[in-house]
Amino acid sequence: MSNPCLLSSSIGKKFLMSITGLFFVLFLAFHATMNAVHIFSPEDYNAICKFLGANWYALVGTAVIALGFIIHIAYATILTIQNRKARGTDRYDSEVRPASVEWASKNMFALGVIVFLGLGLHLYMFWSKMQLAEIMGTVDAIGAPADGSAFIMYWFSKPWVVVVYMVWLVAIWFHLTHGFWSAFQTMGWNNKTWMSRLRCLSDIIATIICVAFAAVVIAAFCMSL
Amino acid sequence: MEVQNLNLTLKVWRQKGPKEQGHFETYSLQNISPNSSFLEMMDVLNEQLINEGKEPVAFDHDCREGICGMCSMYINGEAHGPDDHVTTCQLHMRKFKDGDTITVEPWRSAGFPVIKDLIVDRSAFDKIMQAGGFVSVNTGGVPDGNAIPIPKPNADEAMDAASCIGCGACVATCKNGSAMLFVSAKVSQLALLPQGKVEAARRAKAMVAKMDELGFGNCTNTGACEAECPKGVSITNIARLNREFLCAKFAD
Ligand code: HEM
Ligand code: SF4
Ligand code: FES
Repeated sequence: MSNPCLLSSSIGKKFLMSITGLFFVLFLAFHATMNAVHIFSPEDYNAICKFLGANWYALVGTAVIALGFIIHIAYATILTIQNRKARGTDRYDSEVRPASVEWASKNMFALGVIVFLGLGLHLYMFWSKMQLAEIMGTVDAIGAPADGSAFIMYWFSKPWVVVVYMVWLVAIWFHLTHGFWSAFQTMGWNNKTWMSRLRCLSDIIATIICVAFAAVVIAAFCMSL
Repeated sequence: MEVQNLNLTLKVWRQKGPKEQGHFETYSLQNISPNSSFLEMMDVLNEQLINEGKEPVAFDHDCREGICGMCSMYINGEAHGPDDHVTTCQLHMRKFKDGDTITVEPWRSAGFPVIKDLIVDRSAFDKIMQAGGFVSVNTGGVPDGNAIPIPKPNADEAMDAASCIGCGACVATCKNGSAMLFVSAKVSQLALLPQGKVEAARRAKAMVAKMDELGFGNCTNTGACEAECPKGVSITNIARLNREFLCAKFAD
């Protein structure tokens, strides 16, 4: 992004949000696939954890994701503040939401905040005890850094963790059902033919990703009973 | 056929001037024909107010046939009221029931400050048009409109975009106070045609820059604008604007 004018424009900022957002969708798809392995074989899942660990490629990946997240949230905040200002101080007394307007599309920031809070918990529960522990050379009481399965079985045996994860996943689902097609629209890659296709694809992708994540959590909870 | 006339309660936003604090006033109106338009109903209200020695409600209107874009009003929570694809002047009282309370508010958006009562200042749209919403032509003989062949689908899409009457319902409805539907219509109506392609890059950049400068919000693709637009301008025009703008920027 060497062109400063691009990022000073509304469309430029949104372009950055769409790129980082779509990058997360790819990451989530990868993460969900990897997790799903745990349902069928905890051993194979641990092999993946071991392969990633704190190797340079996994660290580069983590750094890129962290940077993308910071950019996405920073611009989400800037744009949301500007939008509230543009809306003005006088609010409508009565307002009707047209049927064609998705609920998620009007609540992307609030959904993002839930996603962010859930992420904080997730990083504490898994990342700090796995990749971070490996870097620091510490070992958590729950298990060794590469023993991902031990952490999954430990946390998801607790009903409150399961409930919190479900809320988190629902928020991610809503964010993605709008975010995915919205990103293509923002990049200009949309027209009359693709509008309905992209919207449909959004729902499918959001559902596949969230169901895959939820299945791992529920399977682990059932196994712990 | 006998038509039942309506007795209505109106809750209307009254504001003396741009800096004044506004408030709602409640009026009751008797015997309104369901065949009258919303603006005709407002005329009846104003006549009643004048007869009572009160200040009539100020509202914008001009053609009263749905083509000029002057009439505005946020009626019962919707720009141009409850009917689809109509302006307020084309909205009819048969859309309401006897005994209804109707809330009438001005467009509320930082980009459209209230001038008085239901009249807002939409000159920001003119400034955006001045920034690039035109094609430059040399004076002289009028070129033959049919000399340049234009594919029918392009002509149709350009025409659909050109149906925008600049009413501002999109901005009024958008939770972000974004003018993207308007700007995208004005960019598309020219970008789709050979005569407009020449200046397309400069136009997209200049109009977006002006839109941002005037403090309109950032589009988050909610699509509320399209749902409330009296001319059904499609948000696929916004995708085209994004495309035109980003390509122009990356080409710099
Ligand atoms: C798993 C993490 C996340 C993913 C996969 C994700 C994905 C996306 C995508 C694809 C978009 C559409 C971009 C566009 O329309 O140009 C988007 C938009 C947005 N995101 Fe996120 N996001 C995530 C986290 C967050 C967080 C943590 C926040 C804020 C705290 C946030 C706030 C927003 C906002 C305000 C928008 C703008 C709404 C719009 O333009 O449609 N997101 N996100
Ligand atoms: S795009 Fe539709 S709502 Fe917006 S100014 Fe044009 S006609 Fe009015
Ligand atoms: S008065 Fe001209 S469009 Fe309504």
